[in-house]
Amino acid sequence: MEKFTTHTGVGVPLRRSNVDTDQIIPAVYLKRVTRTGFEDGLFAAWRNDPSFVLNNEAYAAGSVLVAGPDFGTGSSREHAVWALQNYGFKAVISPRFADIFRGNAGKAGLLAAQVDEKVVQRLWDHLEAHPGATVTLDLESRTVRAGEGPDTIEDSFDIDDYTRWRLLEGLDDIGITLGREDAIATYEAARPSFKPATL
Amino acid sequence: MGKTLAEKVWDEHVVRSAAGEPDLLYIDLHLLHEVTSPQAFDGLRLAGRTVRRPDLTLATEDHNVPTVDWDKPIADPVSRTQVETLRRNAEEFGIRLHPLGDIEQGIVHVVGPQLGLTQPGMTIVCGDSHTSTHGAFGAIAFGIGTSEVEHVLATQTLPQAKPKTMAVTVNGSLPDGVTAKDLVLTLIAHTGTGGGQGYIVEYRGQAIEELSMEGRMTVCNMSIEWGAKAGLIAPDQKTFDYIEGRPEAPQGADWDAAVAHWKTLVTDEDARFDEEIVLDAGTMTPFVTWGTNPGQGVPLGAAVPDPAGFEHESDRVGAEKALQYMGLEAGTPMREVRVDTVFVGSCTNGRIEDLRTAAAIIKGRHVDKDTRLLVVPGSVRVRLQAEQEGLDVIFKEAGAEWRGAGCSMCLGMNPDQLAPGERSASTSNRNFEGRQGKGGRTHLVSVPVAAATAVRGTLSSPADLD
Repeated sequence: MEKFTTHTGVGVPLRRSNVDTDQIIPAVYLKRVTRTGFEDGLFAAWRNDPSFVLNNEAYAAGSVLVAGPDFGTGSSREHAVWALQNYGFKAVISPRFADIFRGNAGKAGLLAAQVDEKVVQRLWDHLEAHPGATVTLDLESRTVRAGEGPDTIEDSFDIDDYTRWRLLEGLDDIGITLGREDAIATYEAARPSFKPATL
Repeated sequence: MGKTLAEKVWDEHVVRSAAGEPDLLYIDLHLLHEVTSPQAFDGLRLAGRTVRRPDLTLATEDHNVPTVDWDKPIADPVSRTQVETLRRNAEEFGIRLHPLGDIEQGIVHVVGPQLGLTQPGMTIVCGDSHTSTHGAFGAIAFGIGTSEVEHVLATQTLPQAKPKTMAVTVNGSLPDGVTAKDLVLTLIAHTGTGGGQGYIVEYRGQAIEELSMEGRMTVCNMSIEWGAKAGLIAPDQKTFDYIEGRPEAPQGADWDAAVAHWKTLVTDEDARFDEEIVLDAGTMTPFVTWGTNPGQGVPLGAAVPDPAGFEHESDRVGAEKALQYMGLEAGTPMREVRVDTVFVGSCTNGRIEDLRTAAAIIKGRHVDKDTRLLVVPGSVRVRLQAEQEGLDVIFKEAGAEWRGAGCSMCLGMNPDQLAPGERSASTSNRNFEGRQGKGGRTHLVSVPVAAATAVRGTLSSPADLD
């Protein structure tokens, strides 16, 4: 996984709450057996609407998505994270993420930055007033920044310590766990015999 | 201080715990299906890793499979590739697979309990958010993403931050004709789609105890629809009776040891939950959704709500968008909403009890001439059981389509989809925009409401049929 320290990119204001995984990528797009190529399915239904934000030239190259609360609810499909990444997004900002989506984002290297709802409102207003404006996320200091001079928006974002550390270091979770082989083997040796097996 | 059920099960599975890190949790059972596993196996191959415990892993084909012509090759080449990829991976890594055509094939969350693999006190994961279904047996069961699937394959563990605990206590008894589905839809309308976020929820109280195992699975299944990490119910005699004698249930001395342990899996008297919700089952009625998330629901006897009546701006905007998508006018009685397709099936309501309930209502009646009823058993075993009981004949005589097992129209990855603008009453779990087909409009309902709706062509309860 690539290290994530800071990122500055075009912010995309998505004025929607409850953006569920079926909106991020509908099920019919989940049939690929690779981790790439899911960008076509990203917000597939909404992209048919000419007024959808990503159909605006100014936001088309966006890499920081700013959305309302309860982003990523629904399915466990990591394809939702891949679709965002395949499109070019490096980070999503929302006041609240669904658990599985946030977990998937952390594993795949997409920054899920949780901020106060007021910050999202200000970012939306700013990005709509200045299409193509950038947003900066600094993972080291956990800050989000946009705008200049008196209109500067600067606030902190939440991310759990462990995910932050893994993203900063670009660490592979499985590698870390395989280093705990002794603990796993010890646990397995003590499992009760009544536990079911499939083979 | 005592422990809650969830804390007991969690603590029994901690392989390693360290300050500032998530717990490393042992996984007793890992269920796989074709959609969320291919990239995980690729990851293993790339890193030269193996599956640590194929003997704690089970795969089946459900999301993509056709429900007609299931004995022929899958027509959609992309779906076929995904299913064939699972078959190759299962073969290469020595994993037991129940493929299309096998007697144990079906929706992964129907298959686990049916085989007796789902047992109290276990940790169960699957790359599918409705894994919470298995919590009905007193297991901690939750959906994971593909990176986590790979992690479990390689290590049989998962790093997990310990969630908070919540009790949902449902006092009293459900009135006649009101089901587990109505109970959970009522709950979600109360909490919203994010209300359970960060919690493992224990459902308890008289109404929960009175539910059948099937009903308990329906409730736990929809835990994810209000954002909960997992939902579970303390195992009791009903649970033990359900498991006993199933193919993978413990035998002999193991059975006795298992039951002795399972009986300890209750929340201690002096345990404390971080949060509690109390509901009264006695006031519940058949409940249906009007919007595009499972929290947007009302009693069947109510009308489509007016967005202006919502206090919060985001709810108001959400309701306006939902009504526009759903093609509904505020104030329209729900009972006047016309439905094109009724879907009975899914991991929420595709078990034998559900089909019996639907058949009892349909029997001797006919599906409305402008409505289609699709009945999709949750597994091959459910289908065969239903056919043995003659339920298929009842459905077919009423004009319904009797199908093969799979996820089907719950998410429309196979050809079972709604056309744009088509409206369904569905016993499944999600009414998201486009969930059952691009432009499709979904009303989530209980099995009795689905059956009565199929007969009348408008959202109805069995009471409306007399």
